[in-house]
Amino acid sequence: MSLLHLAIIAPFIIAVFVPLIYKNIKSVHTGWFILPLPILLFIYFSSFISKTTNKQVTMESFSWISSLGIDFTVKVDGLGLLFALLITGIGSLVILYSIYYLSKQKEKLNTFYVYLLLFMGAMLGVVLSDNLIVLYAFWELTSFSSFLLIGYWYNREKSRYGAQKSMIITVLGGLAMLGGIILLYNMTGTFSITEIVAQADTIIDHPLFVAALLCILLGAFTKSAQFPFHIWLPDAMEAPTPVSAYLHSATMVKAGIYLVARMSPVFAEDTLWMGLIIAFGLFTLFWGSFSAVKQTDLKSILAFSTISQLGLIMSLLGVGAAALHYDQPKYFTVATTAAIFHLINHATFKGSLFMVVGIVDHETGTRDIRKLGGLMNLMPITFTIAIIGTFSMAGLPPFNGFLSKEMFFTGMINALHMDFDWSIIIPIIAWIASVFTFIYSMILVFKTFTGKYQPEKLEKKPHEAPIGMLISPIILASLVIVIGFFPNIIKPILVPAIETVMPMYEFDVHISMWHGFNTELVMTIGVIIVGVLLYLGLNKWRGIYGIFPEKLALNRFYDGLLDSMYKGSHSLNRNVMTGSINHYLSYMFLFMVVLIIGSLFGQNAFAFSTDNLAPIHFYEVILTLIVAISSIALLFAKSRIVSILLTGTIGYMVSLLFIVFRAPDLALTQLVIETISVSLFLLCFYHLPKKLTDDPVPVKVRNAVISVGVGLFVILVGLTAHSTKLFDSISQYYIENTYSEAAGKNMVNVILVDFRGFDTMFEIAVLGIAALAIFSLIKLRRNGGKKIENK
Amino acid sequence: MKTSNVILQSMTKVLLFLIMIFSIYIFFAGHYTPGGGFVGGLLTSGAILLLLLAYDLQTVRNILPVNFLYMVAVGLVFAIGTGAGSLIFNKPFLTHAFGDLHVPILGELHLHTATLFDLGVYLVVVGVTMSIIQTIGGDDE
Repeated sequence: MSLLHLAIIAPFIIAVFVPLIYKNIKSVHTGWFILPLPILLFIYFSSFISKTTNKQVTMESFSWISSLGIDFTVKVDGLGLLFALLITGIGSLVILYSIYYLSKQKEKLNTFYVYLLLFMGAMLGVVLSDNLIVLYAFWELTSFSSFLLIGYWYNREKSRYGAQKSMIITVLGGLAMLGGIILLYNMTGTFSITEIVAQADTIIDHPLFVAALLCILLGAFTKSAQFPFHIWLPDAMEAPTPVSAYLHSATMVKAGIYLVARMSPVFAEDTLWMGLIIAFGLFTLFWGSFSAVKQTDLKSILAFSTISQLGLIMSLLGVGAAALHYDQPKYFTVATTAAIFHLINHATFKGSLFMVVGIVDHETGTRDIRKLGGLMNLMPITFTIAIIGTFSMAGLPPFNGFLSKEMFFTGMINALHMDFDWSIIIPIIAWIASVFTFIYSMILVFKTFTGKYQPEKLEKKPHEAPIGMLISPIILASLVIVIGFFPNIIKPILVPAIETVMPMYEFDVHISMWHGFNTELVMTIGVIIVGVLLYLGLNKWRGIYGIFPEKLALNRFYDGLLDSMYKGSHSLNRNVMTGSINHYLSYMFLFMVVLIIGSLFGQNAFAFSTDNLAPIHFYEVILTLIVAISSIALLFAKSRIVSILLTGTIGYMVSLLFIVFRAPDLALTQLVIETISVSLFLLCFYHLPKKLTDDPVPVKVRNAVISVGVGLFVILVGLTAHSTKLFDSISQYYIENTYSEAAGKNMVNVILVDFRGFDTMFEIAVLGIAALAIFSLIKLRRNGGKKIENK
Repeated sequence: MKTSNVILQSMTKVLLFLIMIFSIYIFFAGHYTPGGGFVGGLLTSGAILLLLLAYDLQTVRNILPVNFLYMVAVGLVFAIGTGAGSLIFNKPFLTHAFGDLHVPILGELHLHTATLFDLGVYLVVVGVTMSIIQTIGGDDE
């Protein structure tokens, strides 16, 4: 186990001690004890930057289940390092923020930090694992810890609902991903990503390739909230704001992006991969930005904004994959650069915006933009951060969002080089979505901080947040500006990451703020002009959201699906599990008949031959007739005593048949046993109603049909079995050895006590158990307890 | 008793021994002729059942002060013990042994451990049938 393994496991180890710290040190906020960990990890991971810029990949292996090819192998390359830095960096800021956000007195800090550390460790595991099964394990752990964090205020119904929803959707995708991983293993024989990538060329024609691709994509789309799986993200906003900032903007929702980027070298050879990612990404981009405009809750706006931006990154990755399929790959590789660049930018500005919203919520008591307004003068620092974040999100200069948006437009315009007829809609959708992005960004900042101050609607008197709460968003906002002005300082992180996604191309990234007067700039200017106009006329066109029927909303569909699944299984259960033995027996016999007769004729296994038949004797005919007549009479018997006597008749006739067929031991036993069982029947008879219950006619007909079927299948199976004798009987051995080996002349008895005495031993044990059971049933009734003591 | 059962009871006294002897015969003859522990046990319980019918439950309990559930246990111990005995001689479980043995007074005897196993079966069968009949018959409700 190397230091790298320790770095990934460290959050789990610390998580064990959190409750101890919380219980014993009450005076200091628990968060302070957690804070050093992500900072140390951040510093530790920073030390890898110099290695990855030189294209050095650090791999460490730790044996786990080597026999199954599952080893805890960690690999630090450009992409993994970028994510690890995001996770630890933003993790540190979020923990710092949470120290001021969560009250020491009111909240259960121990659980919060345990969950958060679990999440951090799991996320590090996801991005640094080279083994797909280990990656999957960490992946599910992120779903699980996210579930716990969303439901942190578990006494609120909405939190529980949101937690359940996110759990169901992400675990659905996680399981699909597991399927994809197993398919990949089938194709390549390894779980190691490095080795799978090495075999990428050979598996593309494999019949399982497309299935694996779809399964992996389903996992990525659910985790990264792509349409139509995005519905869990807005409901996950019930989590405490630090959680939203950390999980639902910067890290967890990017796990899907990470997976797509990581698996690109494997799957991008197939155009399906590219097409699906572009289509889903673009639609998510549009749908998220379109839906964000109608939200009134600040966090909901941010949630839909996150969905939209994730769609943006996803579609860029898709366009980047086009490089493999068309001439002049440099048109498309710029999209991959844009994707990774925007990934970093989005983490910075979205993290700061969530924290801003958290501050507003904390200081005013509401997140509803209809109640907020005019906070600019009261909270100047928060306002500044918000301006920086939203302008960057809207793609305005001089912030980093502008740069990545320009690159996004470049990527989307270059997508026109794809030679299919409808490629023009790609930049158009991208542009429209950008307009909506601009509008909700403006709503977010101006509806909150400008306009009329409405103190009567607010629960608290707002004032500037404490400095501790502001540190983290300030750092993130300054990053937004620094990256905006000096984008090339993140090149050491950016370039290795891009090269991991597209290992076959050389990248020489140079990002500059002013890149000349070109189409992208015109598009951005267009976005600003149209966006400003639309924002000003917001009230006039807002009505279009009312046109869209609420019934078709995906949440309704999800709720309806869940509800109908519950109701469906409930009613299915109620209809099938009636509690009636009659029904259950009908099912069982019906299935037996259908399966056995079906397979008998379906497999053409029915056989009938008249060989080996013994001549029929007069006695046998008579006895069989008596049995048959009694059986039929039994069916129509009206009183119970008649049935019992008829049963006895059948039993004695069977005993006689045993005599005819020369089985004296059986005949003797049958005779005595029949006598005893008839007397036991008669004992019970005394306590039973005289008349047999009358079933209604349809039930009788149904039962009759099933019984005839069962009789038929027994006859058919008997005939077939008799007609197809594959082996001779082994009885010759017994005939020869009964006296010489076992010193007996009654072969039946010798078999029972000697050759196969083991069976007999357990049969008498069965008898003993039956006697004990009857004794217990009768004596241990509620009122019968006393009698035992007397005995 | 409302009516007199003199005939039944007198006949029982005779028949009981006949049936008992027959059942013991069937038991011992099992290895050579039809019969064995199972039928023998059933016939013995038939004899006791006759006693039960002629007299009543309490009388039979006085005559045969046996807890039949213990009899089941003893029978099982016999059967398993016979099987386990072969283990002492380093033979697989339930390997029977037989041979001629000279016993004073009785003379030459042909003996077989399968009889001990069958005795276990016999005891279990008697115990089971009798405890079932006694339990159900003795149930007042």
